[in-house]
Amino acid sequence: MKKLINDPQDVVAEALLGIEAARPEVRVDHANRIVYRRDTPKTGKVGLVSGGGSGHEPLHGGFVGLGMLDAACAGQIFTSPTPDQMLEATKGVDSGAGVLHIVKNYTGDVMNFDMAAELAAAETGITVEAVVVNDDVAVEDSLYTAGRRGVGVTVLLEKLVGAAAEEGRSLPDLVTLARTINDSGRSMGMALTSCTVPAAAKPTFELGEDEMELGIGIHGEPGRRRVALVGAREIAEQLMEPVLDDLDFTSSPVIVMLNGMGGTPLVELYLMYGEVAKITDQAGITVARNLVGNYITSLEMAGCSVTLLRADQELINLWDAPVNTAGLRWGI
Amino acid sequence: MVTSAVITIEQLTGWLRRFQELVIKNQTELTELDSAIGDADHGINMARGMTAVINKLDGQHATHANDLFKTVAMTLVTSVGGASGPLYGTFFLRFAGSTGPAVELDTAALVTGLDAGLAGVIERGKAQPGDKSMVDALSPALEAMEAVMKNGGDLVAAATAGRDAAVAGRDATVPMVARKGRASYLGERSAGHMDPGAASVALLFEALSAELAG
Repeated sequence: MKKLINDPQDVVAEALLGIEAARPEVRVDHANRIVYRRDTPKTGKVGLVSGGGSGHEPLHGGFVGLGMLDAACAGQIFTSPTPDQMLEATKGVDSGAGVLHIVKNYTGDVMNFDMAAELAAAETGITVEAVVVNDDVAVEDSLYTAGRRGVGVTVLLEKLVGAAAEEGRSLPDLVTLARTINDSGRSMGMALTSCTVPAAAKPTFELGEDEMELGIGIHGEPGRRRVALVGAREIAEQLMEPVLDDLDFTSSPVIVMLNGMGGTPLVELYLMYGEVAKITDQAGITVARNLVGNYITSLEMAGCSVTLLRADQELINLWDAPVNTAGLRWGI
Repeated sequence: MVTSAVITIEQLTGWLRRFQELVIKNQTELTELDSAIGDADHGINMARGMTAVINKLDGQHATHANDLFKTVAMTLVTSVGGASGPLYGTFFLRFAGSTGPAVELDTAALVTGLDAGLAGVIERGKAQPGDKSMVDALSPALEAMEAVMKNGGDLVAAATAGRDAAVAGRDATVPMVARKGRASYLGERSAGHMDPGAASVALLFEALSAELAG
């Protein structure tokens, strides 16, 4: 294992020291591993709290700031944060307008946020709502799985709901908006390589030179299918087909995100975006906005995911609203 | 053969110490099981959590079962993370609720407490037997302990039966297709691998049996 780390046990704590040193728009509670927006709580504004395992940077700590999250709880690498962290963050961002938890649909994240909401109800008078993101078409959504995973749509949702919260919208309005966004987006990912959890010191799975993993999540877990490695054009088709089969994206403009898994250079991500754009053109899909880069990653995994989100004019306006975070910044 | 009618607070603490030792001894194996069908952290997380529990217990002397297990539960919830934190945390929290401020537990009280823990795990995780989860070791272990108790067996015999059933339940997860947790994303590919949560539950019962056997 070759990584830019000191002790594997200290990776998350030391990364938070770096985030605090680098980013003037945040402050960090190191004891509870929470990244806060510097000016939270803002009077009258609903507090947005997310969190999850580390290793997906810039998600979530890199999305704290103006126009996005008020707080992000950092777990260990690929491990959900704990209810005490989420409770502390909830108290820290509440201005009296309530708090929205943005939760990716993973067993651990959902259970820990559930416990946090129970604790918040028991210990404080804070109104807490939760939205669970589950946009990954690689997982069959049935009674026999833990359900679809929360992946790329999480990034878009944090941006859009963050902008709406900034406008002063109420908690019930934000819940409705967040659920609409979740229902309007789909993602699919693939990996060329595995990744190495620092504490495990070796790759989570092995992939041959001529293989790729299709339908991966964001935790270095193996995907739905291991298939023969093909060219970018065919990979784009294999990612887009299940997304387009699952939801109609021709009836309104869309926001497209071509996301890197952490270990793929931008030259390849732009090449892939070109292939995806050809497919959307052929399918008669209007791309209103796009995002190309590393936004929800899986350590140093090579590969990418593609996310499509239906976006009416209201969502496009929210998308264009100012944002100032480590991961996204425009309009300021 | 040691016979005993009750498990004392010292033995309950000893059970937890043995569990921590077993988790650390099997940490790499648990993580390797999790690499195959999950996210490669179960051994790491359980070792960190149980070490935090033992450090906490070293600093305070609980004299009642509910205080002891509430401390265990909250420490696990705050230090393990993932799914195992809330699941083991809920298990011990419900156990604490069941025992109340007892200073020792007879077989019936122990089994009732463990049963309350199992119910909590099912409620929190929504897994049923056969879903390839920790329930597949917990549930048969409890059934075996209840059977021994009904036949008039003592605590040591119940714990031994519980251990054997947990191990058998753990092994029975190998061919199962996962329906809960991250392994469920693999679908049929999850078959052929032992469930890491069931493996750590087997260690919990191995620790209990060893503590009672003395």
